[in-house]
Amino acid sequence: MKPAPFAYRRARTTEEAVALLGEKDARLLAGGQSLIATLNMRLSSPALLIDINGVGGLGGTVHKNGKIEIGALVRHAQAERSELIVKYAPLIARALPHIGHAAIRNRGTLGGSIAFADPAAELPACLLALEGEVEATGPSGKRTIRAQDFFQGLFETALGSQDVLTAIRFPAATKDTRVGFAELARRHGDYAIVGLAACARADGERLSDVRLAFFGVGATPVRARRAEAALASGDVDAAVAALDLVPQDDVQATAKVKTHLAGVLLRRVAKQLMEERA
Amino acid sequence: MSEHALDISLTVNGERVHERVEARKTLVDFLREDLALTGSHVGCEHGVCGACTVRVNGEIVRGCLMLAVQCDGATVETIEGLSDSGEIADLQAAFEQRNALQCGYCTPGMIAAAQDLLKRGGVPSRDEIREHLSGNYCRCTGYHAIVDAVEAVAQARAGAKP
Amino acid sequence: MKITDDSPPVLTALDRPNSYIGRSVPRPNLARLTQGRGLYVSDVTLPRMAHVAFVRSPHAHARIGGIAADAAKKSPGVIAVVTGAELAEVMTPWIGVLTHLKGLKSAAQSPIAVEVACWQGEAVAAVVARTRAEAEDACELVEVSYEPLPAVTDPETALAAKTPVIHASLGDNLCFERKLDVGAVDKAFAEADAVVETTFLFGRHTGVTTEPRAVVADWNAGEQRMTVYHGTQAPHMMQNLFAKHLGVAEQQVRVLTKDVGGSFGIKVHTYADEMATVALSKLLKHPVKFVADRIESFVTDIHARDHRVKAKIGVKSDGTITAFEIDDLTGIGPYSVYPRTSGIEANQVVNLVGGPYTCPNYRAQARVVFTNKNVMCQYRAVGHPLAVAVTEGLVEQAAAKIGMDPLEIRRRNLFPDDGYPCASAAGLKFEKLSHHESLAHLDALMNYAGLRAEQSRLRSQGIYRGIGFASFIEVTNPSAAFYGVGGARISSQDGATVKLDAQGNISVATGVTEQGQGAESVIAQCVATAFGVSIDKVRVVTGDTDNTPYGGGTWASRAAGIGGEAAWQAGKALRGNVLAVAGAMLQAKPEALDIRNGIVVDSGSGTERLSLEELARVAYFRPDTLPAGIQAELVATRHYVPRAWPFAFTNGIQASYLEVDTDTGFVKLLKHWCVEDCGTIINPQLVDEQIRGGVVQGIGAALFEECLYDERGQMLNGNMADYLVPMAAEMPDIECGHVVSPTADSELGAKGAGEAGTAGAPACVMNAINDALRPLHAQPLTDMPFTPDKILRALGKV
Repeated sequence: MKPAPFAYRRARTTEEAVALLGEKDARLLAGGQSLIATLNMRLSSPALLIDINGVGGLGGTVHKNGKIEIGALVRHAQAERSELIVKYAPLIARALPHIGHAAIRNRGTLGGSIAFADPAAELPACLLALEGEVEATGPSGKRTIRAQDFFQGLFETALGSQDVLTAIRFPAATKDTRVGFAELARRHGDYAIVGLAACARADGERLSDVRLAFFGVGATPVRARRAEAALASGDVDAAVAALDLVPQDDVQATAKVKTHLAGVLLRRVAKQLMEERA
Repeated sequence: MSEHALDISLTVNGERVHERVEARKTLVDFLREDLALTGSHVGCEHGVCGACTVRVNGEIVRGCLMLAVQCDGATVETIEGLSDSGEIADLQAAFEQRNALQCGYCTPGMIAAAQDLLKRGGVPSRDEIREHLSGNYCRCTGYHAIVDAVEAVAQARAGAKP
Repeated sequence: MKITDDSPPVLTALDRPNSYIGRSVPRPNLARLTQGRGLYVSDVTLPRMAHVAFVRSPHAHARIGGIAADAAKKSPGVIAVVTGAELAEVMTPWIGVLTHLKGLKSAAQSPIAVEVACWQGEAVAAVVARTRAEAEDACELVEVSYEPLPAVTDPETALAAKTPVIHASLGDNLCFERKLDVGAVDKAFAEADAVVETTFLFGRHTGVTTEPRAVVADWNAGEQRMTVYHGTQAPHMMQNLFAKHLGVAEQQVRVLTKDVGGSFGIKVHTYADEMATVALSKLLKHPVKFVADRIESFVTDIHARDHRVKAKIGVKSDGTITAFEIDDLTGIGPYSVYPRTSGIEANQVVNLVGGPYTCPNYRAQARVVFTNKNVMCQYRAVGHPLAVAVTEGLVEQAAAKIGMDPLEIRRRNLFPDDGYPCASAAGLKFEKLSHHESLAHLDALMNYAGLRAEQSRLRSQGIYRGIGFASFIEVTNPSAAFYGVGGARISSQDGATVKLDAQGNISVATGVTEQGQGAESVIAQCVATAFGVSIDKVRVVTGDTDNTPYGGGTWASRAAGIGGEAAWQAGKALRGNVLAVAGAMLQAKPEALDIRNGIVVDSGSGTERLSLEELARVAYFRPDTLPAGIQAELVATRHYVPRAWPFAFTNGIQASYLEVDTDTGFVKLLKHWCVEDCGTIINPQLVDEQIRGGVVQGIGAALFEECLYDERGQMLNGNMADYLVPMAAEMPDIECGHVVSPTADSELGAKGAGEAGTAGAPACVMNAINDALRPLHAQPLTDMPFTPDKILRALGKV
């Protein structure tokens, strides 16, 4: 289908974008890989599209104060090629090739993926596992939101209607960092049926600070905290038994299948965490 | 000038283009309808089939998931331009020899995606070729002939390097 | 002394010098497609052209009350808003029945629904505007008041007394019923040493052609002529139907197709929205364009294959199959599609089950019932994927039950290669098939013994691979027995007109059409060979009812066998005409001359005597120099229809090798093979590519594709993210082999090859999955598509 008519403005600064979001029925256009598809299907018909692709200062990746900060407009493909991300954000580097296909990754942005918060998407789960944060600018200025507070419901985040997500931030990987990532999709590039983004710290022979963030199993990515504790104690079977996910049936798979697959992924990712060398 | 329609200036296949276009018009519809470059095709309008794949500022994109107004100031290359420049001549010849196209509808997007892979150099494995083309839907060939053609071109280009 | 005969082989008609028969010539005219310079109907623009978008029923079944169109009519760019009642003034409705499917009934279908909408997606009003976007904007302003009616969505209860009847005039929801009882089935089951009884379920599929359906209709009121650019497989059929339902003469309609972005049978049917587009052009005196977008394609392109088949096989412990029995139920849409009917698929299932095997005892029942879902009709390999899956699934389950190798059980039951002509239990007449030679070829090609050894070795490591087979027969080159006898104006004959132009080049106009399978190339190869020129001198004209002989188009794998034969005969006839002129010019006997590589030569010595260019110059511009009485005729037309056999059956056997991840239920396809016998092969590369494309479509059926409906008749997954079509990363390499058993019904001896891949692939993937899981004592899977969900359940993991 063709989109319903809308007005279009290019924002030159974040502040301008925030102000324009104050108009009735306005949406931000960044990568557009999800938004334009919904417009084409007339699932959404905003009155105004605010193009933020030209806003400066949002397209870089920096390593400072032990953290990696990625600007919201960094494209997935850019991130794939970034030496900083490969070195200091190995979990994200593992996840990126699973996002759609090359043509999608050339336009899609990390900020957009986090803000859109598709429950089957990879990057929200990565951010949750990394215990990262989101930086946003709104009418009252800048604020920082922790990942665990950010994803609130199905396609619902802590972003207000006039907020612009400007960056994501998380601790840079050290030599003790261990990461694991796996997802199951019917076809390469499809949204995952179930996925797991995991990280931990190597603590001698064991793992500590285990974070297991599942996606595709609920309205938001979910930390499996009881399983994390069991895995830290070294018992993979106990970790699987401790999984307390409550997925819903969807077009892809039933809840029972998702639960089972989550257990399978946990075993596979646990192996990755154990075998990882930073 | 209404915000619902804007003037845009861009380069398409090496030619300067100035048009007024509705904000809601996608890049692929703009190319096909306003510029009569019908080589890029519309297959789904939700970014899944890849028939609309074109190059913007040197990178492949889905023409159905970009608005024409986003391409103000951009350099766009469609299959017609890629073809006339000679950049994909060996791919085209291989596709034709190997019958890696039947109805031809997916072919412009498929060739753009294949060229995106081959530009990186080296000789990708058949699995790597399949993975890179996994975003381009073909209903006719079953993909085997396409993989054959892309593999052959990769080998020839690698062999041709001094 | 051993006497050996060293005579050269007897030349057949195909042994022409520089013959293109059997050569993998690249298709001419591919450059325009790789350059993006093709002309698909969706590319066509005409002056004053308007676009139509349809207001479509959101309900599976609803009475249409008022249609308030005032706001829509005032919307920017709108030319007209037209209802079903208004369009009925211009176009008559149609009924999809054939007399030879006894008892087949259907209600009349209109181009736009009148009074009642019968499936979610049926058009209830048309908005015609300057652009498609403006038409869609206005569609949102049309207010239709619906009175929802109960929807019939379960085929199992469609005939129950409590279920509402969709069309009261028909009395019930039964479209068609067929029964067959041959041999002594009950006795045969009683005498069997093992019986396997199971139920096969097949998902509802749709074609998902890369280019959606497209039509541009242009009524010229001054000429009183309708020109339709149509992505159809059968332009003459559509010409006839447009004319009939507009109430004009056939010659007042011209149908043109050039490039078509895939069809697979989807584009051989009559669609209400396409007919409406044609009618709208006449009504509004504008060219009108309709391109189905992907979302509406999912709810309007014909669906297919939605069957539940209860099935039973009896075998003796020596592997002899004693009986087959099936009970087939299919829920089609609310109308039988016109003009080929929606009874054919079930009819084929009944005809084809058990087809490769000598077993004489067979009982079948099929019922086709109406439901309030999208319409269903013929799609690539019509009925074969179902019949082959049922037959081959039963055969391999039976083999497992008696502990026999799956190839061995087939060896013991396939029709012997030297036993032809013969007929199957269902009455299918076979001229000459090669089941055993094909099986032996496959066995060697895939190194079956090696794969079994590998499978065994990996099983001990907890890796579960499976090998599955499917033997099949395939209907090709249909005679009038398929449709004509039932009263449909669908031509089983085809024609070709071959012409020598003034420069000595050849053009051939053919009634078969091109959608990517290479029909144009095959025709060119036949003409170039039969006439005697190099193929680059041959230009093929197709897809134009004004300028091609009356023909059937391309479907049922008929283009090479029927279209090719007509082209072959026409090429020969033109050669005869040309040599008659050459003989007169050279004072030689025409029988002593030949045309080779574009030159008239002495056929004995090969000495060049006269160029075609010179001959043409004289014939066209200097006939005064020809001997008295000579009238040069540098055009020849020939038609061909199969007469000896109702269908040219082909045969083949496929194998799938795959690995099941028993933790996740995911299937990885490792390799696929097909050995196929389609008679004389005109272009081996094109045949192999038809097989490969067909196999992958069949794999889609086995693993991925299914149109999902809820109990209210709403399609749940009508987009490309949720309806899963095969993409490159999950598909295997496919190796092809061939056996050649030409048909004697034509000089070329070519049968068809376009559908064989799709016929056999779902069955052998199913059999391979079940082979992989057999040591784990999983219940054999028979419910397609085989999703991870179903595999995990069979393994008891969920």
